[in-house]
Amino acid sequence: MDTLANLAMGMSIALTPYTLLLAVIGCFVGTIIGALPGLGPSNGVALLIPISFSMGLDAVSALVLLTSVYYGAMYGGRISSILLNIPGDEPAMMTTLDGYPMARQGKAAEALVVSGVASFVGAFLATVGLMIFAPYLARVAYQFGPAEYFALYMLAFCTLGGIGSTNQAKAAMSAAIGLGIAMIGLDKTTGMPRFTFGELHLMDGVDFLVAIVGLFAVAEIFHFIESHGKDSAISVKLGKILVPWRMLRQTSGAMLRGTGIGFVAGVLPGAGASLGSFLAYMAEKSVAKDKASFGRGNPKGVAAPEAGNNAAAGGALVPMLTLGVPGSGTTAVLLALLLTLNITPGPLLFAERPEIVWSLIASLLIANVVLLVMNVPMVKVFVRILSVPAWVLLPGVTMIAFVGIYSLTGSSFDMLMMVAFGVLGYVMRKLGMPTVPVILGILLGNAMEDNLRRAMVLSNGDWTYLFSSPIAIGLWTAAVLGFVAPIFLRRLLKKPAMPETDPTLNED
Amino acid sequence: MIKGDRIFGAFMMVVALGYILNARGIQTSFMSDPVGPRLFPYLVGAVVMIAALVMVLRPDPDEEWPAGPMVGQLGLALAVLAGYAYAITPLGFLIPTAIAAGVLSWQIGGNPRRSVLAGVGLSVGLFLLFRVLLGLGLKALPAGMGF
Repeated sequence: MDTLANLAMGMSIALTPYTLLLAVIGCFVGTIIGALPGLGPSNGVALLIPISFSMGLDAVSALVLLTSVYYGAMYGGRISSILLNIPGDEPAMMTTLDGYPMARQGKAAEALVVSGVASFVGAFLATVGLMIFAPYLARVAYQFGPAEYFALYMLAFCTLGGIGSTNQAKAAMSAAIGLGIAMIGLDKTTGMPRFTFGELHLMDGVDFLVAIVGLFAVAEIFHFIESHGKDSAISVKLGKILVPWRMLRQTSGAMLRGTGIGFVAGVLPGAGASLGSFLAYMAEKSVAKDKASFGRGNPKGVAAPEAGNNAAAGGALVPMLTLGVPGSGTTAVLLALLLTLNITPGPLLFAERPEIVWSLIASLLIANVVLLVMNVPMVKVFVRILSVPAWVLLPGVTMIAFVGIYSLTGSSFDMLMMVAFGVLGYVMRKLGMPTVPVILGILLGNAMEDNLRRAMVLSNGDWTYLFSSPIAIGLWTAAVLGFVAPIFLRRLLKKPAMPETDPTLNED
Repeated sequence: MIKGDRIFGAFMMVVALGYILNARGIQTSFMSDPVGPRLFPYLVGAVVMIAALVMVLRPDPDEEWPAGPMVGQLGLALAVLAGYAYAITPLGFLIPTAIAAGVLSWQIGGNPRRSVLAGVGLSVGLFLLFRVLLGLGLKALPAGMGF
């Protein structure tokens, strides 16, 4: 029972009063971030990385705090989906389909409780899944050489671009922009500067935190100015919160099915929580006997996507921790967090720093329990916070973005670069180009090049080496399929029409 | 009809060309690997080229782009953010933040009085949060004026 012993070790690190306090704060802040329209898990975590870093938190504390924020945001997304019909973040989009109709029928409280419990079931079981599968995958990952890693990075870019976007060319463009930016700075192998134009600030390369905060948070302000931040008012009254046991029993099957589907979708690189909740909803609808009531306030239509969404968030941590390849935008941001803390994810992490891995897993379990308590009886607190108007919220978020980058680097150059990334993010979103591959490119670009070059050193410049092992061939095949297949699948899997949603959304 | 995709694609082609030309000038040292520091940038540039070509040839239907006064508004926001990046080091946190947050708040909400309140409130509130509660190293005022 290795797993349990390891878990006990993780718990002993994570269960101190101080880390528990951090978990509670993180969950609270995260739920708010998730609930507020326009702020999703990605930019929430992105905003807080520089701040927690400048506060000088140690690795475990920072991990506990920010993973609590991550999970909190996944829980919180449902609140505005149900009450405002505006998903707090993209994965919560499917929850609007049945959640908002339920709220309009006066069952807002029930919808919130069912979705809260579904979130818990999904996230908790996914964390258990993470505990079981991650060490196993880490053992497989030991057999990965540079050629396999290069193929794996290709797979991540291809599937993320293929599934996440509606236009393959644009997805490829986004990834290439990110990779191109990653090349800026000193070349590790030869020590020669590349694309620095003699600018000293660029010698160390472009800080990925600057890019992330710019693309996610600063881009948001331009959108809100353009849309005049449609004042979001809650039109639904929330009655007394009672636990609808009967409804929970009815939807338990939907929760478990959603969890399974979501977890698998999360583990696949590039698929992420949005796909998890989408597939969970569609699957639940297709097996249900009462298909017609879906979209009109069926509690199963709330439970399945919420479980799927949160299970995918846990599942996405599996490839991120074992291989260093994130499964979604938010895990890309979490990868950025690990790199900032000088922790390199990968199979070695499990062998060399088990305390990090297992205290992270332990804190995920703790965060889930905290979130269940926060999100079911205390949901009214968050509902009240939702009434913060956009004209206070957005300037506040922007200023927090600046403070974070400023206290991290202290240079005007980096802040200007952040603003430039904000403009890029605005233009890209206007053109329907995904921004997550840019982040992934900046994060993984150097490692990807490094692996390519090491593979070539090993093979003395023989290109066929890249396709020489069964694992590599499998990864390349999956990469090509992941990029090409969505073109055909897109026609089959039409997303159901959304009941007028907000266009100013973040990618998961 | 001109489409956003076409403009962006054409722009990115120029950028990619510049990128590839610049990559040709990357120096390599005597101790290099078979691939060298130039190949990966070439590959990246080539992918951008191909993707840009597709965007030019097969653009998606255009989004609605801002026009007229809205461009001015977005330009103002950009100027405020860029100015803030320059101002925060010499002028301290409080004054630039109040101005920047106030302007952005006015741009979103459109009410001058509420915006002044939001600007000042956010400036003081965030300062207290970050400086006093979280202990980040922020200066409140221009050098030589108070703490």
